[in-house]
Formats: sequence, C-alpha cells, structure tokens
Amino acid sequence: MDIIVPGHGSGGKLMNDLINNLIKSTLGNETIQLDDAAHLNLATTSIAFTTDSYTITPIEFTGGTIGSLAVNGTVNDLAVMGATPQYISCALILEEGLEIETLKRILVSMKEAALKAGVAIVTGDTKVVPKGKGDRIYINTAGIGVFTNPPQRREIKPHDTIIINGSIGDHGTTIMALRNNLTFSKGLSSDCAALNHLIEDVIRHYPDAIKFMRDATRGGVASVLNEITKNAPFGAKLIEDNLPVKDEVRGVADILGIDPLYIANEGKVVMIADKTCAEGIVEIMKKHPEGRDACIIGHITNEFSGKTYIQTKIGGKRILPVLIEEQLPRIC
Amino acid sequence: MSDIKKEAALLSQYLLPQPVAIMEVCGTHTTEFFRTGVKDIFPQSLRLIDGPGCPVCVTANDYLDTAIAIGWQHNCVIATFGDMMKVPSSYSSLAKEKSKGLQVEVVYSPMDAVDMAQKNPDKKFIFLSIGFETTAPAEAVCVLEAKKKNIKNFFLLPGNKLTVPAVKVLLDSGEVNIDGFILPGHVSAIIGKNVWDFIATDYGKPAVVAGFEDHDLIRGTLMLLDLIKNNTPKVLNQYTRVVRDEGNPKALEILYSVFTKGNATWRGIGVIPESGLDLKEEYADFDAYKQFPVDVPPPKEHPGCRCGELLRGVILPTDCPLFGKACSPEHAVGPCMVSSEGPCSAYYKYGRK
Repeated sequence: MDIIVPGHGSGGKLMNDLINNLIKSTLGNETIQLDDAAHLNLATTSIAFTTDSYTITPIEFTGGTIGSLAVNGTVNDLAVMGATPQYISCALILEEGLEIETLKRILVSMKEAALKAGVAIVTGDTKVVPKGKGDRIYINTAGIGVFTNPPQRREIKPHDTIIINGSIGDHGTTIMALRNNLTFSKGLSSDCAALNHLIEDVIRHYPDAIKFMRDATRGGVASVLNEITKNAPFGAKLIEDNLPVKDEVRGVADILGIDPLYIANEGKVVMIADKTCAEGIVEIMKKHPEGRDACIIGHITNEFSGKTYIQTKIGGKRILPVLIEEQLPRIC
Repeated sequence: MSDIKKEAALLSQYLLPQPVAIMEVCGTHTTEFFRTGVKDIFPQSLRLIDGPGCPVCVTANDYLDTAIAIGWQHNCVIATFGDMMKVPSSYSSLAKEKSKGLQVEVVYSPMDAVDMAQKNPDKKFIFLSIGFETTAPAEAVCVLEAKKKNIKNFFLLPGNKLTVPAVKVLLDSGEVNIDGFILPGHVSAIIGKNVWDFIATDYGKPAVVAGFEDHDLIRGTLMLLDLIKNNTPKVLNQYTRVVRDEGNPKALEILYSVFTKGNATWRGIGVIPESGLDLKEEYADFDAYKQFPVDVPPPKEHPGCRCGELLRGVILPTDCPLFGKACSPEHAVGPCMVSSEGPCSAYYKYGRK
C-alpha cells in the first residue's frame, strides 16, 4: 500500500508529484494557483476572512470526513456573518504512514463539499511530520467571503425568536459512538453540511430580520446561547418540548450522560430573529435539505438576565450553565 | 393537556398542611430533580434534602490517598470512572498526579479494566471499585472473569458501599427532621423494595422507591406526599417496571459470591459497621489492599469544606460559605462539587438563577 513518507514534504520530486498528481488534480486544477499566493478578484471591498484547524478523530465517519468538515466548517463561519463564501485555502499536515488512498478519499470529499457550497479552493500547503508526531492528518482552512448585504449582527431584544435549522447533536454523537464502539447505535450520521445557500435564502427574503446567527459547533446550542446572554440585559429561554433531537442521539447521549444541547453540530445554525418574521424564516429553511426539520426552539426574555435556561417538558425551569470543560476533545 | 402535564399541575398545586422535608437518597435523583425541572415546580412548603447517595462524594479521602500511593509505589495503572479524576484527595487528585506522570486510565465499565489488563500483561491495573449496590454486581463479574481467564494483573481496590446502613444511621442520629424518603431506583432494582420496609416499621416514616424520568419523579413525590399527609408510614414502589419486592436474586448471588460485608468509612458520617463490601478471602489475589501494601500519610480534610454535613442532610449546598466562591467545578474543594451526582455540582449547574 502506498503511504506518506517524509519525502512527500521535502520540497523535491516526491512532493511535487503528490501535489500535482493528487492534491491539485483532486481539489481542482482549474481553481488552485500554485504560485506563492493566489491572486483573487473580489466584487466588493467588504469581506469576511476566517480560519480554522481540524484535528478530528476518526478522520472518516458516517456523514463526512475531516476534509468535508474543513470545507463546510469554514464556509459556515463565513455564512453566519452574512457573507457569501467564495475562496478557501487548504493546508495539510500529514503524518508519515498515512495511506495515499485515505488521503485521496479525504481530498475527494473536500472537493465535493466545495462544489456543493459553491466555493473555490485556490491555494494550499503540504507538510509531513514524522510518525507519532501527528494523528494521520490535520487540515487548516482559511476562507474569504464577500458582503453583499450588511453583516447580520443587530441588537438582540426580549421577544426575539430562537430558530434552529434541524436536529441537535448529530455530529458529536456520531463521533462519540464511533470512539466508544457503541456499535448498536445504528442510524447515526453527522450533520456535516454547508449552510451558506440556506442562510443566503433567508437573508434574501428577510434582509433586516436576523439579529444574530452562529453555527453551533463545539459546545453545542447551549454554548452559543450562553455566549449571547453572558452579561446581557436579557435571558435566552429554550422550550424542551420544541427541541428536535433524534431518538438515536438521545439514546447515545443518555448512555454517555451528556446533554444533546451541549453536543457539537456541524450543519446547524442558531438564528436569533425578529419575532414577526420567525415563522416565515422557518418556512424558507424547510425548502432546503439542510433545513428540513427547522423549527422555533425558544425566545429571548426579560427573565433571568444574563442566563440561558430551559423550560422542561413538565413546565419547570433550569439553568443551562456554561460548559466547564469540553465534553470530548478533538471533535472537529 | 398530556398526562405528564396534568401530573405536574397536581404536584405544583399540592396543598400541604405544614412544611414538609423529604430526602432523596440517590445522587442521580439529586441531579434529575433539577434537570427535569421537577424541583422547580415543588409547592412552596416542600423542601428536598440531599442524602448520602453520591458514591464519589461519600468516599473518604484515605481511599484516594491509598489509590495514588499504590499507583506510585507499586508502579500500577489506576483505572477509574471519569468522575473520580478531579476529586480532591488529602494532598492531590488523580488528575494532578496524572499530569506528574502517574498512569491513570478512565474507563466506562469495570470490564474495560479487565480487557486492558489482558491486553497489557506487563502492566498491573488497579480498578477503583466505587459505587453502591447497583455497580457492585458488575464489579463482582469482573473479578470472576479475571479469575476464569487467569488474568493475574487485574486488581480491585474495594470501595463499594451499601445504602441501607447509611439511611439507618441518618434515622438513628435524629440530626435532621425528615418526613419521608425518595428511595433509589437503581439500587432497589438489585436489593429490592422489601429491604426498605424497616423505615416504616421501625421508624414510622413513609418512603417511595422512584424511577428517574420526569414522570417517575413527579409520581413518586405525589405518592410520598399522600403518605405524609395521611400519616401512613408505608414503603411503596413507584418504579414497578424495574424494581421487584425481592430485588434481583441472581445479581445479589453474584455480588455476595465475591464480596462480603465489612466496615466502611463514609465522608461526613465516619465508620458504619457492615456498610461496605470487602473482597472475600478466596479472591484475595485480586485485592489491591492486600497485594500492594503502601505507606500513606494520615488523611487530611479540606479546611472549610462542609461536604460532610451536606451528605448527612444537615445543610444545603448554598449554606456552605465556600459554595460558588472558593469552591466551583473548575476549582472544587470538596467531592460534592466534582461528581456529576454531587449535590453541590447540581446546585451550581442548575440551581443558580
């Protein structure tokens, strides 16, 4: 089996072959510029720029790979600002011994994710670290998006509605089940997906309604809301009856003693929007495959300022505290 | 209105002639009363007192001191449930010792420790056997498996405790006025409902064995309040779908084929006779206490920590001057703030508004 060897990072023929015959040809001969930097033309001077590194283990999982995760994660970081993602960079850190076949599958999934999101991978880098100094593959992606609308950040007020585009906790639960060998947990799949088309559609129909949005990755939905309510003159209230959680996710989360509200998602946006537009936004989301199960999960309140809390099925309330520690490391 | 919402309304509007205090014995109940919001809908004159039902919390400091000493002095791997990692020992914690190089592995099941031992025959694995009657049968099975497979590098540090003697001590002390008990569902699945009957017959108090879902907690509390209101000292079983009167005889048989009752030290309570589980003489080869004698400095309590009084039901977490200030989940002074079943942790996470 062909594997990555130190020479693949040496700057010589092996490296050039790897880049030309595998990386560039898979990620896009037509988009990747092999010069020191990519030369880009942007439609506006108002841009969003972000970067993120991906260290997830396992590197391939139901619903995605570290590659599709890297593209979608960066696309989503741009999209939740209200920008239109356009260009992505891709820096690979490969551990000696990684199978070339595996690398190829990951690159293919990156390319597919980029095509789906409508972004171009334009520049990159490849490094090889000795065996034992990495965990097979790490990826860093940076992204550039352009603003054709103003950034979607407006003042949050009591009575604003909290919306999510679908089920909670799918990604983190899938990874945890894989890592813990919970083989009975059939039907689990990561929600890893790009949300830019869904978000752009919402903005197109409701250009002034969105107050805030964030993709609910590490720390889950509860952590996104805690970031918003920290020191704020309002609270965030979730309604347990309304929370979309798949039975499989609930089952695994119960076994591991983890609340799905704190589990990472990779294709979910938490949106705070004006109450009068909330139902309409949900309808728009539902037209997209990533938003089929979109729903209203709560609202901003005058009560419990500075806190995120939940009204349980029986009508009691409890605080959703700030997560003290990561529940599971290296989930993205 | 759904059935559960009707039940919730019954509880929140329950009329009590005088203030009532009930104790939940089990740590999972402590957390679930908060998590489900059931505690939040209690009628005003109903108070929930936390009992000694968090196994990590009632484990005295000298147990962890011994585990750490065995790890270092005998070059052993300590295998433990994750809850124990950050619990302060007299002078350190497993997490701190791990960062200094002590070999510590977190496991989800005691059988993981047996598997690790089998796969790594050159290392010695000590499983920290902490828990009540619920987990003890699984730990007994591990010892039986290790014996059957002739695994010589797996050991238990027995720290299991029995709930019934602790409840007896609380009732005998008369230190706290408790009108009734919510009894542990998982423990009772093993030991049965009938072993709790003494609460009614000997002490004249009512009690209800309850499950852990929102509807269980509400129904169990309603049943208990009815008994209290009507002055009927009885022990009832709400959790009939899991708990039988005589418990699980098979599990008990396995448990007592490996363990035997012995004295145990409880944090905050002291030594309670016949309240712990020791390994039987025939399994002495698996007993870390016997196989790895160690020098351990005398145990030390943490100044100001009131976990002991809390576990006897004398105070609430919020009565402790350290709560939320010097003691928080990031910097826990006492075990009740560390364990996911600890009352302080539950109050800190869910109770502050």
